[in-house]
Amino acid sequence: MSDHRTPLGGASRDGRVRVEEMPRRGMITLRGDLSDATFAGTVTALSGTGMPGQRKVELADGGLLAWMSPDELLLVMPPEDVAGALDRIASDLSGQHHLAAEVTDARAVLRLSGEDAAVRETLGKLMPVDFAPGAFGPGDIRRTRLAQVPAAVWCVAPGDFGVICFRSVAEYVYAALTNAAAEGGAVGHY
Amino acid sequence: MLLLECPCCGVTAEETEFHGGGEAHLKRFGPGSADEEFESYLFHRENPRGVHFERWRHVNGCGKWFHAARCTQTLEVFGTYPAQTTRPPEDLLAKIRDKRPGWSWRDFA
Ligand SMILES: [Zn+2]
Repeated sequence: MSDHRTPLGGASRDGRVRVEEMPRRGMITLRGDLSDATFAGTVTALSGTGMPGQRKVELADGGLLAWMSPDELLLVMPPEDVAGALDRIASDLSGQHHLAAEVTDARAVLRLSGEDAAVRETLGKLMPVDFAPGAFGPGDIRRTRLAQVPAAVWCVAPGDFGVICFRSVAEYVYAALTNAAAEGGAVGHY
Repeated sequence: MLLLECPCCGVTAEETEFHGGGEAHLKRFGPGSADEEFESYLFHRENPRGVHFERWRHVNGCGKWFHAARCTQTLEVFGTYPAQTTRPPEDLLAKIRDKRPGWSWRDFA
């Protein structure tokens, strides 16, 4: 079996906050009727969480289940579990309108950690999103624009945020984030 | 700078998170239509100073299309509404009548 390489090779840099690429995660994009009991039952059995509400993310051990749009979810799990999950989705939802596509190696996943206000400020420099603690907190996810490319950002806990983007723009996103997180760049907004 | 609320995912964001999709509520004229209808469908667009209806896509967000009613002169956004309709909702039209007495746009007034 060939070796899998994450888009950034596990790069990390410490500035005002730590920016690091996460270890390789298995990822499945799912489309379907989120209100359908069979669809929801299958997905939550695989994630081990509840169904996420609008613009929410449910966190689990080694994975997550994220609301991406009114008919789309992102299921994140250990890479070795993806094949079995796809089989389960195909059998549980056969004959039912849905789409499941593995995107494990089509995405990059990064983590920003450190002082909560500094992490929020780093993200706020690049994304047109209100990152005030009262407006964006643990369990919130937002798809938006990171500098010039699409990305999604979610809050795990204060000072602990995840970012996901397309693999093709991973280096751009990493450069933008590490630049925004560089020492001496404090604005003091949050 | 426009602030638009996406009716599909509930996000209120500034316009760089979206992409404009041109005039709203166009009726397609395809094969078999009169030349004048086809020409109008392809080329004739409203260019008002004031109330305007447009299609927008939440391209960096949920990816969905929706409609927006706004003023081209002041950039005031009167409201946004789902893409799956051929006319603006009545409460939005009433709101625009209230704010811009005497306005009209194609068949709406
Ligand atoms: Zn949206």
